[in-house]
Amino acid sequence: MTTMKTITNTLTFSAVDPDAGLKKALTKSRADVIAEMNASGLKGRGGAGFPTSVKWNLAAAAKSDKKVVVCNADEGEPGTFKDRVILADFPDLVLEGMTIAGYAIGAKTGIIYLRGEYSYLRQPLEAAIEKRRAANLLGNDIAGKSGFSFDIVIRMGAGAYVCGEETALIESLEGHRGESRNRPPFPVDTGFMGNPTIVNNVETLAWAACILAKGGDWFNSMGTEQSAGRKLFSVSGDCARPGVYEFPLGVTIQEVLDDVGADDAKAVQVGGASGHCVPAGDFQRTLAFEDMPTGGSMIVFGQDRDMLEVAINFLDFFLEESCGQCTPCREGNEKLLEGALLLQEGRCSMGYLKNLCALGETMQLASKCGLGQSSPNAFLSIVDHFKDEVLGRTAMAPIEG
Amino acid sequence: MLVPVQERLRQDIEGWIKSNGGDRSSLLPVLQEVQKKYSRISDYAMQVIADLLDIHPVEVHGVVSFYSFLKEAHKGRFEIRLCRTISCDMAGRDRVARQLENELGITFGETTPDGRFSLEWANCVGMCDQGPALLVNEQVFTCVTPEKVHDILAHFKKMMDINVFQQAEEH
Amino acid sequence: MSDKSDTKQAASRAPVSQRAFTVEKPKDTTGIGSQVSITIDDREIKVPVGATILDAAKELGIHIPTLCFHDDLCVAGVCRVCVVEVEGQRTLQAACAYPVTAPINVKTHTRKVRQARRHVVDLLLSKHYGECYACVRNNNCELQSLAKEYGVDHFRFGHPDAPIYDPDESSYSVHRDMNKCVLCRRCVRTCIDLQEVGVLDAAHRGVESRIETFLDKPLADVVCINCGQCVNRCPTGALKANDPTDDVWAAIDDPAKHVVIQTAPSPRAGVGECFGLEPGIPLTLEMNTALRRCGFDRVFDTNFTADLTIIEEGTELIQRLHTALVQKEPVALPQFTSCSPGWVKFIEHFYPEMLPNLSSAKSPQQMFGAIIKTYYAKVNNLDPKDIVSVALMPCSAKKFECNRPEMNDSGYKDVDYGLTTRELARMISEAGIHLPEVPKSPFDDPFGQETGSGVIFGASGGVMEAALRSVIELVCGIKVEDLYDHADIIPVRGFEGVKYAEITVPDVGPVPDILAHLVPNWDWLKGATLKVGVCHGTANAKKVLDDIRAGGKFSECHFIEFMACPGGCLGGGGQPIPTTAEIRAARARAIYSEDDRSEVRKSHENPAVLELYGKFLTDGPCGEMSHKLLHTGYVPRGKYIP
Repeated sequence: MTTMKTITNTLTFSAVDPDAGLKKALTKSRADVIAEMNASGLKGRGGAGFPTSVKWNLAAAAKSDKKVVVCNADEGEPGTFKDRVILADFPDLVLEGMTIAGYAIGAKTGIIYLRGEYSYLRQPLEAAIEKRRAANLLGNDIAGKSGFSFDIVIRMGAGAYVCGEETALIESLEGHRGESRNRPPFPVDTGFMGNPTIVNNVETLAWAACILAKGGDWFNSMGTEQSAGRKLFSVSGDCARPGVYEFPLGVTIQEVLDDVGADDAKAVQVGGASGHCVPAGDFQRTLAFEDMPTGGSMIVFGQDRDMLEVAINFLDFFLEESCGQCTPCREGNEKLLEGALLLQEGRCSMGYLKNLCALGETMQLASKCGLGQSSPNAFLSIVDHFKDEVLGRTAMAPIEG
Repeated sequence: MLVPVQERLRQDIEGWIKSNGGDRSSLLPVLQEVQKKYSRISDYAMQVIADLLDIHPVEVHGVVSFYSFLKEAHKGRFEIRLCRTISCDMAGRDRVARQLENELGITFGETTPDGRFSLEWANCVGMCDQGPALLVNEQVFTCVTPEKVHDILAHFKKMMDINVFQQAEEH
Repeated sequence: MSDKSDTKQAASRAPVSQRAFTVEKPKDTTGIGSQVSITIDDREIKVPVGATILDAAKELGIHIPTLCFHDDLCVAGVCRVCVVEVEGQRTLQAACAYPVTAPINVKTHTRKVRQARRHVVDLLLSKHYGECYACVRNNNCELQSLAKEYGVDHFRFGHPDAPIYDPDESSYSVHRDMNKCVLCRRCVRTCIDLQEVGVLDAAHRGVESRIETFLDKPLADVVCINCGQCVNRCPTGALKANDPTDDVWAAIDDPAKHVVIQTAPSPRAGVGECFGLEPGIPLTLEMNTALRRCGFDRVFDTNFTADLTIIEEGTELIQRLHTALVQKEPVALPQFTSCSPGWVKFIEHFYPEMLPNLSSAKSPQQMFGAIIKTYYAKVNNLDPKDIVSVALMPCSAKKFECNRPEMNDSGYKDVDYGLTTRELARMISEAGIHLPEVPKSPFDDPFGQETGSGVIFGASGGVMEAALRSVIELVCGIKVEDLYDHADIIPVRGFEGVKYAEITVPDVGPVPDILAHLVPNWDWLKGATLKVGVCHGTANAKKVLDDIRAGGKFSECHFIEFMACPGGCLGGGGQPIPTTAEIRAARARAIYSEDDRSEVRKSHENPAVLELYGKFLTDGPCGEMSHKLLHTGYVPRGKYIP
């Protein structure tokens, strides 16, 4: 055994009857399945928070017999590992969710885009798919529903964070460099090979299966008005019990920190490298789409962490993981990194720092895709909240690595 | 019968393209298969793939160079990728990195002279709760300490020796 | 197989990330629901559904800056210079890539927009190595213009003080300096989508992104066809033609050298653009004067060998048809034209098995070179080793062509230097001459006869039209004008990517003297239907060749004209920058108006050509002498790179 079991609290996923959702879905009309999703208020769990039922509805309305359901298992956001846990522990729930989605939008093909770093999950997933085929839960006339055919293939990523962006993911599936597309068109209209395609996060699909099993109202009764239901959070960093935790949306950062045993936190990075750094003073903020939207990554920083080094680590990440096609993201991150290194050496003027912050705003506004648009967030929020810490440093030895 | 390597490669690629759908969307799976069997994607392989998919070799080169898990050059039999992203960083990746360099006698981006190991950085491998984490080919190791580094390497060295022994027997 | 393919449709091969959403535009743009209203900077306009914000802004006369956008290419939306604010959108949108499908409100110069554009320019400059005054694109550089437009007075995010990459100067035709590259990917879209050559693509990612050849090999070692279309679309000086002007000046300055220049039809239609004139104003006769003032000893018209090409290539076609129809022996048909060296290298690389179809006739440039150093040298009592033969071409591939090792049938290098239109314009400027203002003067004899058939070689379909004019008259014994008004063979003209035409031979006439040694009579062609094709741009060539491979309608053609560059030579890679569809159309008008004005409009009536056959190539077209000097062979290069 080369890894340990990930710590979790009680997960809803472990208490859902297998395939109850799929069986219920197949008794409903497609429109009713989407209506159920609509009632649940589920929004995309990858972080962008687009209402799932709207996405499904658009794809269902598109006219094509080659629609595709893509499960986005390219979980690359630093600090996120909940999808790994879901895929390892509840693969059937995800496959079931995909099948329901296929039924709802009228797709015959499902594709799991699994990140290359999770290659070890491929065999178990293949086995789970095979088992479902044998049980007539995939294939033709699924679960006796005549005319409903759906099957799932796994496609491996090859080490590119940007492929988590849905249009880059589709480019990658089509055999291109993982570079995001111009939008419109949106994948629900023109996706994989030009066909209407929905791209849903692993967790979203798993919740979809639960929602069909337990009802949209059940889901909607949890969380907040604008952020219905529960969500998995990946917690790591300076805390006693890092792991995957499920909370209703609207939970405060402080509540999460209390549960994971982080008593001495100075800040939390919410949303991974592309998210925001929240200082201790803001720990009462809530994790919800209306306040702090997140894909679930929470990285805890203790009192003695150097926040500038955190910013540098994230910028290093984006320098490599930007696809490099658009100017603001490709060149902007390098400038921010150079600026952060100047700060570290105590050689960055306030004027230049203001320049860099303005550049950060440009990157947020003018980059082609979500990666570039969110890449300056960490730098900007760290500079904003920890001015005293990052400014006026004296020269020190260069860092390694 | 002795089949020239290039001919065997071409036949393999033809088969993989066919089994992956036959069009350009088969490119990534085919590249992954080539790399798995031949341990890298040679310039000849890229040209054969381009030829069979009716695209340009430079497009295949563009794709291969884009993805960090695809490689044109020969790398070690075991590719070690140490996660350098924040959680692993905070959990002590620098000490693990130094130990890896010391044990292997190479720095990051290099391959050992015997071709057994190459050392690379990885960006977030999704083991943030158990850092520092590293991948050896497809296998993941978590909560790695400098001390464990030695054991992990020893494990793969042993595997390599057994393989060499087996290959020698087969000939 | 679509005949209506224009350059933009070739984009279907592009990665979708590099392709804008195109909403099918309604045919009737006045009908209800086919138009959508858009407000830009408080001015409202109705545009067809699917038009981009950039299209709409152009209609309104509102300037939105662009960099990666190019009229000929699919949309990439990567430079982010053209961003605008669309009401209701959180982020700025690229005007070039945003299709209008519902009424929207757009602002083009808010604080956010101005800041973003300035930042993009600042960022590009922070990686763009080089000083403007030491650059071939000084004063004609889109990055420079943007810097000016956005008031760049200092390098906000720095500027490289040393080059990172070694410039690639391996190619005879195209030089690359990646230190100046701004990663707009126009060259990539040109090479892969527009031309289907596939030499350049983006490689690596993130901050390491760059444009590379296959395995980053030198251009000379990859499948580059030297068409130079990438040069023509590069917004900066990262791509440029191999410039031999210093050598040409040196030859001019050397009193022992007799420097002759031949000028092709297309440069004269374009050179005015380098001197600030509107596209489409030919400066043929002014250029003659300017070239003499620069110091060239003789100024000749490539039209002469264009006409010679028609006779040689036409004769070759007749021979092939005779072999097939009368002798019933296998022979490669359709015959392909061989005037375009980019096209020749394209087929050598990608369709080597079809090389037998390629006419063995050299291009007009190389025929001229061979004649200059033999016949012309003899008549004028010159030692060919003292002659420096320069060719003014709209083309970068011609530079490679004149350096082909086999192109020395005169015993010397047939053509010493190929100059592009841009390079010649610089030489003229360097000599202190403002071209539009110099007096006119004619070409030098004996190769100075202006002919309409030669001049239309510059436009797509021109070679075919010239060939048909001669074939009709030589075979049918009638005047072309009897079949086509004013001898304008309209079916082969125009910018459609692939054209196809059929011409039935109504009756046959007597075999003219010049061809009498080849065939006894034309009876075997009576009532025959001549099928011809015309295509331009190598992406279209690929379509035609694939159609032939598949046994489609082009496999039944007899003669097909291929030009490597979109629009033909007038859109060549050596022509003034920029080149767009509009500019190509203007140049075509200039070329056809020259044809219109010419006294001689048929190749077989060019007196200099007839004199050459009378005095020098006495065994006639495709005879032994002409085979030695005017024909060549090809290299099946293949596309695999060792």
